[in-house]
Amino acid sequence: MKALEVQDLNTTFRTDDGLVKAVSGVSFSLEQGATLGVVGESGSGKSVTFLTVMGLVDPRHAQVSGSVLLNGEEMLGASQHHLRQIRGATIGMIFQDPMTSLNPVKTIGWQLEEAVLIHQDVTRKEARKRAIEILKEVEIPRADQRVDDYPHQFSGGMRQRVMIAMALINNPEIVIADEPTTALDVTTQAQILRLMKRLQAEYRMAIVMITHDLGVVAELSDDVIVMYGGKVVEQSRVNDLFARPEMPYTWGLLGSLPRLNAEGSRLEQIPGQPPSLLNPPPGCLFHPRCEFVMDVCRTKLPELAPSEHGEDHRFRCHLDSETRTRIWGVKKAALVTEDAAA
Amino acid sequence: MTQFLIRRLFWAIFLFFVATIITYLIFWVIPADPARLAAGKAASPTDIARVRHFLHLDQPIWKQYFYFVKNLVVNRSLGMSFVNRQSVDSIIGKDAPVTASLVFGGAVFWLTLSIPVGILSALRPRSILDRISMTFVLIGISAHPVWIGLILSFVVGYKLHLTPIAGYCNFFPGAPGAQCEGPVQWAYHMILPWITFMILFAALYVRLVRANVMETMSEDYVRTARAKGASQSRVMVQHVLRNSMLPVVTILGMDLGLALGGAIFTETIFNLPGLGREVVAAYNADDLPVITGVVVFSTLCVIVFNLIVDVLYGFLDPRIRPS
Repeated sequence: MKALEVQDLNTTFRTDDGLVKAVSGVSFSLEQGATLGVVGESGSGKSVTFLTVMGLVDPRHAQVSGSVLLNGEEMLGASQHHLRQIRGATIGMIFQDPMTSLNPVKTIGWQLEEAVLIHQDVTRKEARKRAIEILKEVEIPRADQRVDDYPHQFSGGMRQRVMIAMALINNPEIVIADEPTTALDVTTQAQILRLMKRLQAEYRMAIVMITHDLGVVAELSDDVIVMYGGKVVEQSRVNDLFARPEMPYTWGLLGSLPRLNAEGSRLEQIPGQPPSLLNPPPGCLFHPRCEFVMDVCRTKLPELAPSEHGEDHRFRCHLDSETRTRIWGVKKAALVTEDAAA
Repeated sequence: MTQFLIRRLFWAIFLFFVATIITYLIFWVIPADPARLAAGKAASPTDIARVRHFLHLDQPIWKQYFYFVKNLVVNRSLGMSFVNRQSVDSIIGKDAPVTASLVFGGAVFWLTLSIPVGILSALRPRSILDRISMTFVLIGISAHPVWIGLILSFVVGYKLHLTPIAGYCNFFPGAPGAQCEGPVQWAYHMILPWITFMILFAALYVRLVRANVMETMSEDYVRTARAKGASQSRVMVQHVLRNSMLPVVTILGMDLGLALGGAIFTETIFNLPGLGREVVAAYNADDLPVITGVVVFSTLCVIVFNLIVDVLYGFLDPRIRPS
C-alpha cells in the first residue's frame, strides 16, 4: 500500500517581482516502509515540494494545487487543525542545519517532550521517560543526563541525532529528511546515514531523503526522483538510474560525483546556473545548459515519458533512444576508463 | 560568578574615572567663572577672589579633581554646590525620585504599548494595523518631546482641563511645604510627562519588537516547532517570544540607565524638579560639583542597569549562562 501519493503538485509563490513556480506538475508515490531519494541542485524545488506536502508553506504567499494523498486521505485543503495532528505524528521531519533547527533557550529534553505532549495524552513525566528512551535509541551517550542539556552543549552530529529523535518520537509512518547530512562532516554523515538505516528497519517507516548527494541516494534509496527547475526530470528505481540514466542532466549529476580513485583529473561540472523560476526559459528548462541541445528543446517542454529500459522509469528528453544509448555509452566508458586509469 | 562581579567592579571604577575626568576637562576648557556667579552681583573683586580661593577655583584643574576624588573617598560626599552650598548628595537624593518616577512610569507605558503592537505588526506585516503602527512610529521618532509636551500641556491641560499643566507631587506624603502629595496626585501630575517622555521610546520599541519577532519567526527552530505540529499560539509563546525579547532586554537596560541621568526636555517642559532640570540649572550657573554629581549618578545607573541586564540575560539565555 502507498503511504504517500502526490499527483500533479504545483506550488507558486507570489513575490514582488512576479509569480515563482517553485514546484510544477510533480507526481510520485512512496510505498510503506520504502525510501524515496529526491535529488536536485539548490533551488530545484525539492524542499518546497515537501514543505507543501506538510502544509508548511504560508498560504498568504503561496498558491498550491494538485493532490497529496496520505494513506489515501487528501491533505491539500485539509484544515490547519487536522494538518497539525499529522505533522510530527504521522509525518516526522528532519531539517538540514542541526545548528539552527533547535530552540537555543530550551533544553533538549523540553523540546522532545513538547513533541510528545502535542500529540499524546500523557504526563510530562511520561514524556520525559520517552525522551530519554529515544535519545538512547539514537545513540546519545548518558542520555538520562544529557536530556537536561541545551542545544549549544551538543556537537553538530549530536544535534542531528536529536533532530532524528524528535522526528521519530511519535512513531511516524513517514520521515521526511531534508538534506540531513549536508551540514555535517563526512564521518558524521556516514554515522547518521547508518543510524537512519537501522532506525528505518526498527520503526518500519518510509523515508523521503531529500539531497543533492547521489552517494546518499545510492546508499539508502529504493526509488529516486531527479528534480530540475521545480519539475521531475527523471524518476526510476535507484538501480536503474545508476545503471542507465536517460537524460543529460542526470548524466551531468553522475559525472560530477567525486571519485576517490580518479586522482588528478578535474571534477566534471554542469556548466551554467539553475534556471530562474521567475522567468523560466521556454521549452526544456535544462536546454541552456545542455550539451546536446536541439532546436525542439528551445520551444517544447519534453513530456515525462516512460523509458524502454526499465519499468517505472520515466524521464524528460527530446533525444531519441538511439542517440541516448550512444551518448550514455560514451559517457559510461569515460567514467569507467577514468576509474580504471587510477 | 565572583570573578564576573570583580571584573564588573573594576570596569565600574574605570568608567567612573573616565566620566568624571571628562566632565572636569570640559569644565576647564569652557570659559567659565563660577566664583563671580557664586559671589553675587554686588561682590567686589576682593570678594570674588576670596570666594575663588574658598572654592579651590584658584587651584589647577588636576588639583580640583584630586579634591573631588579625595572628598568622595574620605567623606563619601560629592561635595557642595558652588551656588547655594547645599550638599550635592542631598540635591541628587531629592531629584532622583522625580526622574525615576518619570523614567520607570514611562517605561511601563512604553512597554505595555510597544510589545503587543510590535508583535501584532510582526504577525501581520503590511496589514492595516501594521501600517497604522508604522505611521505612529514615524511620527513618534520625528516629533520632538518639547513640541509634544507643549502641545499636550496646552490642549489636554490648558484647554480641556483634564490634567495639570505642569508641576510635581510627591508620591509619599509628609514632605514639608508640599502643595499636593500622595500616589493619586502624583500619578495625576505625571500623566502628561509620562506620555511625552514615552512616545519616542514607544515608537523605537515598536519597531524593535516588530523586527525581532519577524526575525525570530523565520528561524529554523520555529519551522521545527511547526513541523512538530505545534499550534500558532504555542509557537509564539514557547518559541518566538523569549528569543525575540533577548535584544529588547539589552536595549531596555541601556535606555533606562541613560534616561535616569535626566530626561532634560520633559522635566523642563513640565517643571519637574528632577535631575535633568537640575543639571540644566547647574550648567547655567557653572556649578561644577552638581554637574559632576549628576554625571556620577547617571554613570552609576548605567553600570547598575547593565549589570542587571547581564544577570537577567543569564537567566533568559542558557548560551551565556556562566556554568
